Amino acid sequence: MRRRAPLLPLIALLALAGCDQSMQDQPSIKPYEATAMWPDGTPERGLPDGVVTRGASAALAALSEPPPVSEALLARGRRDFDDFCAPCHGYAGDGDGIVVQRGFPPPPSYHSDRLRAAPASHFVDVITNGYGAMYAYSDRVAPEDRWAITAYIRALQTSRDTALAAVPDAAEALQ
Amino acid sequence: MAQIFRPGADTYARMVLLSIVLLPTLAIFLTYLVMRSSTVTGQDFVLHQWPPFSHAHHAGELGIGCRMCHNSVEKAASAGMPSTHVCMTCHSQIWTNAPMLAPVRESLADDKPLHWTRVNDLPDYVYFDHSVHVNNGVGCSTCHGPVDTMPLMRQAAPLTMGWCLDCHRSPEKFVRPTDKIYDFDWQPPADQEEKGKRLLVQYHIETSHLTDCSVCHR
Ligand code: HEC
Ligand code: HEC
Ligand code: HEC
Ligand code: HEC
Ligand code: HEC
Ligand code: HEC
Repeated sequence: MRRRAPLLPLIALLALAGCDQSMQDQPSIKPYEATAMWPDGTPERGLPDGVVTRGASAALAALSEPPPVSEALLARGRRDFDDFCAPCHGYAGDGDGIVVQRGFPPPPSYHSDRLRAAPASHFVDVITNGYGAMYAYSDRVAPEDRWAITAYIRALQTSRDTALAAVPDAAEALQ
Repeated sequence: MAQIFRPGADTYARMVLLSIVLLPTLAIFLTYLVMRSSTVTGQDFVLHQWPPFSHAHHAGELGIGCRMCHNSVEKAASAGMPSTHVCMTCHSQIWTNAPMLAPVRESLADDKPLHWTRVNDLPDYVYFDHSVHVNNGVGCSTCHGPVDTMPLMRQAAPLTMGWCLDCHRSPEKFVRPTDKIYDFDWQPPADQEEKGKRLLVQYHIETSHLTDCSVCHR
């Protein structure tokens, strides 16, 4: 028994050799992990040409049919507008956002007569397909959210285009 | 009969006895220190990125919302990384000739994605999900620190199991209202425990199962 004791540390050392990082870095690929499996080195595979994604018809339906306007829809629209549009269009839609101040071509104000008269579907269309120097936002803004943003733009427009007579208690507001 | 042991032997015997107790304790303590040190956890290391993308500039100074670039953070496990198209929504018009942005233009021309060095990287045997945290009162800054002031991204938290569990055992110390998730100035108020308990009810957070192994190791 005593003679075998020096073997123990040796066995322990051999056991250590069994340790590796294969649990840490498993063969499965996590999102954005570099991989040699494809020549471009990324696991994010685009869709092959002609593929219709699951939910594509639901997305199309959501695009053609405006949802009912509610307080919640407007709140969501405001959040998305502030994150995705305000950097260029400004928080009030004047077209003077911070990125424009740094040299981006200025977009038109939402408070112009032309954009006030434009149908809501025009805004949804601009978000979906882009317009001139403005890129499409279809990769970032879901179809339902495009209507929410449009509803909020309408609210912005209304805020500048309301006659005093339409707000009967405006006179008392200052008292 | 001559003495077998010299006078100093007692001292040696005591020292040996003491070190049998002390050395393993010290070894464990040292290992613990090393395992929690930033060399092992990677905390606070600033990694080289090319192009040198600055969150201080884009998220802090320009105030661009996180979701512009990390689009799936509220919807999926992965927060999502910006495609070259996203950079180009602005950089097709501004800083178009800057050498700093050459990799972005090359990526667009060659149709090859930009390569970023991972900063926060959990081992593959850990399951993490952004949406469940972000939609339930855990803000970006709790885990990622003051991103809006970082010229280059660094890992702000140790990301050890103990760190996850500190919060999973008592999330009421960390949760915040829904409209403060992206607020980098948010600090726990003086009555956080009390407010947090109310928020747990509001978010329907059930703490009894949050420390089960299968939550994170699935
Ligand atoms: C990177 C800056 C930028 C962002 C972000 C941006 N836009 Fe634009 N937008 C522009 C520019 C520039 C134009 C003018 C394009 C032109 O005329 O070439 C424009 C034009 C428009 C127009 C007017 C189209 C017309 O008929 O004249 C609408 C509507 C619009 N954008 C909506 C949006 C919405 C909604 C969002 C958020 C989802 C958004 N934009 C985000 C830069 C931006
Ligand atoms: C203009 C695009 C953009 C915006 C806006 C943006 N990010 Fe990022 N983010 C990136 C890019 C590109 C990277 C990869 C380079 C790097 O790690 O710095 C990144 C990396 C990160 C990482 C580290 C990822 C890793 O490798 O672990 C975190 C965390 C992060 N961003 C959080 C945020 C937060 C929080 C916000 C909002 C305050 C934000 N980002 C806003 C583009 C952006
Ligand atoms: C919403 C608009 C917008 C988007 C999207 C955007 N940038 Fe920028 N970026 C800017 C602006 C504006 C400046 C210049 C600011 C100035 O002039 O001070 C800039 C400057 C830069 C600079 C050089 C200046 C510096 O110190 O950081 C780099 C590099 C850069 N951006 C990389 C990127 C990358 C990479 C992406 C995509 C992940 C990206 N940007 C997405 C608006 C944007
Ligand atoms: C509960 C802690 C926690 C919160 C809250 C959190 N993150 Fe993360 N984030 C992580 C961890 C952990 C990772 C590394 C994930 C991995 O390695 O799989 C990570 C990774 C990332 C990445 C890299 C891409 C990815 O998904 O792996 C980005 C980008 C990011 N976070 C952005 C954000 C943004 C933006 C927010 C706020 C809206 C946020 N995170 C909130 C813990 C958090
Ligand atoms: C600051 C607090 C905080 C930190 C840090 C944190 N979590 Fe969580 N996590 C939560 C809360 C709160 C929930 C519960 C959400 C709910 O039940 O609605 C949760 C839920 C989860 C869930 C989903 C549980 C389920 O039942 O589906 C997973 C998975 C998870 N966390 C993993 C992690 C991992 C991994 C880490 C460390 C890298 C981590 N979390 C760090 C607060 C945190
Ligand atoms: C809240 C999420 C969470 C829960 C719950 C959790 N773990 Fe972990 N576990 C982690 C993370 C994150 C790591 C990676 C730590 C690191 O990389 O340092 C980890 C690592 C481990 C490791 C490897 C340690 C090492 O140093 O290699 C073991 C073993 C482990 N966990 C066992 C368990 C057991 C057993 C339970 C249940 C009692 C459990 N975990 C519950 C998040 C969790």
